[in-house]
Amino acid sequence: MLRDVWLVVGKDLLIEMRARVGINQIVPFAVIVLLLFAFALDTDQAALRTYAPGLFWVTVLLASLLAIGRSFAVDLADGTSDRLLLSGIEPVAAFLGKVIAIAVQLVVLELLLSLGVLLLFDVSVQRFGLLVSAGLVGALGLAVAGTLYGALVAGLGMRESLLPVLLLPVVAPVMLGATRAFQDAFGVAGAQGWAWLGLLVGFAAIYGLFGALSYGTLLEEA
Amino acid sequence: MQQAVRLRAAVTLLGRFPALAGVDLDILPGEVVLLKGANGAGKTTLLRLCAGLCVLSDGQAWVLGHDLNTQRQMVRRRVALMGHSTGLYDELSVTENVSFWGRAARASHKEIHDALELLQLTGRLARTRARQLSAGQRRRACFASLLVRRPELWLLDEPHAGLDQQSRDIVDSLVLSAAQDGATVVMASHELERIQKLQPRVVSVAGGMVDPKAVAHAS
Repeated sequence: MLRDVWLVVGKDLLIEMRARVGINQIVPFAVIVLLLFAFALDTDQAALRTYAPGLFWVTVLLASLLAIGRSFAVDLADGTSDRLLLSGIEPVAAFLGKVIAIAVQLVVLELLLSLGVLLLFDVSVQRFGLLVSAGLVGALGLAVAGTLYGALVAGLGMRESLLPVLLLPVVAPVMLGATRAFQDAFGVAGAQGWAWLGLLVGFAAIYGLFGALSYGTLLEEA
Repeated sequence: MQQAVRLRAAVTLLGRFPALAGVDLDILPGEVVLLKGANGAGKTTLLRLCAGLCVLSDGQAWVLGHDLNTQRQMVRRRVALMGHSTGLYDELSVTENVSFWGRAARASHKEIHDALELLQLTGRLARTRARQLSAGQRRRACFASLLVRRPELWLLDEPHAGLDQQSRDIVDSLVLSAAQDGATVVMASHELERIQKLQPRVVSVAGGMVDPKAVAHAS
């Protein structure tokens, strides 16, 4: 199964590198959102620092919607969804492969946005380990839930508008946990960062298990 | 001998419409079968049912010995379906596409290389991204990606569509070679004259039903 997982990861990442949708569309979109937040709160540097973690994760979340939608659009083009069903790749492997590919893209996006936050929002990192851990697990949580709901809406009409409606409420725990962990990592609030990281781990584990069990059925309906 | 395909009163609904309305059909291993019928007769749905991609709403169906009600996953691993689409990723090259589908089916590097050679997808063409291919070249790349699966049952929907003369000849020789190697071939085509060279058994499909003579001939 691991072989199939890496096969899917390699395929998805190679397609994204070639298509350059991430670099040409998703990253600029995220940077623009971050800039707009900075402009909106520019007069109040203290507020900018306080809200930086939340604004960071709202930006990541909005950009992740584009990445997830794009990932499933690729697998619906020119009969590739049927070919995947016929391919012999286990649904669990297809699920994990897509999760990892999306998570890798989100981590790259987070790295770029982190630089933006450090420069624009005048924050400094107090707990580097917590920042990295929350960034990785937060990306994983978004990728897990996004892959599950991406597959759910893939077979439905109006999937571009339906995905945000369904996904955004579901990932509220990721937003909350990741924001609190980042607040602690940036030292802008007295949150128990590592405890909030536990919530992120739990979310990713529960949705990962649920996705692994149900992904095959969802692909059948796509 | 166990049939490669055995359908009994098979019904498949597309929404509420019975695309297949009680099909009885037997196809023996190694047979080449041509599905003949007008547009909308149910040929494509019949091929997709045999591939395990459509739900059997009523009746019974076995493909390669597997019950389509309970073992569709087992069927899917052993068949190759060429529909109207090619199943290629636009951003991947021909070689990358064929390798991806081949590796998913546990094909060796040599099998992938041989399939590309056989379909004359070599040199610059092998490195060309699928989005830059002509319709005929896409079709050939699709064939190569199916060939590496070593299918026991080929399900071909208009396999000659969009191909030039040379590519059509390649496809014909592939189909013949597959049948000679013991694979079963079921195809839908309007190009009856060309298909005759393959000496298929002709099965007529109309209104989601199969001509009863087709079953009598096979048994």
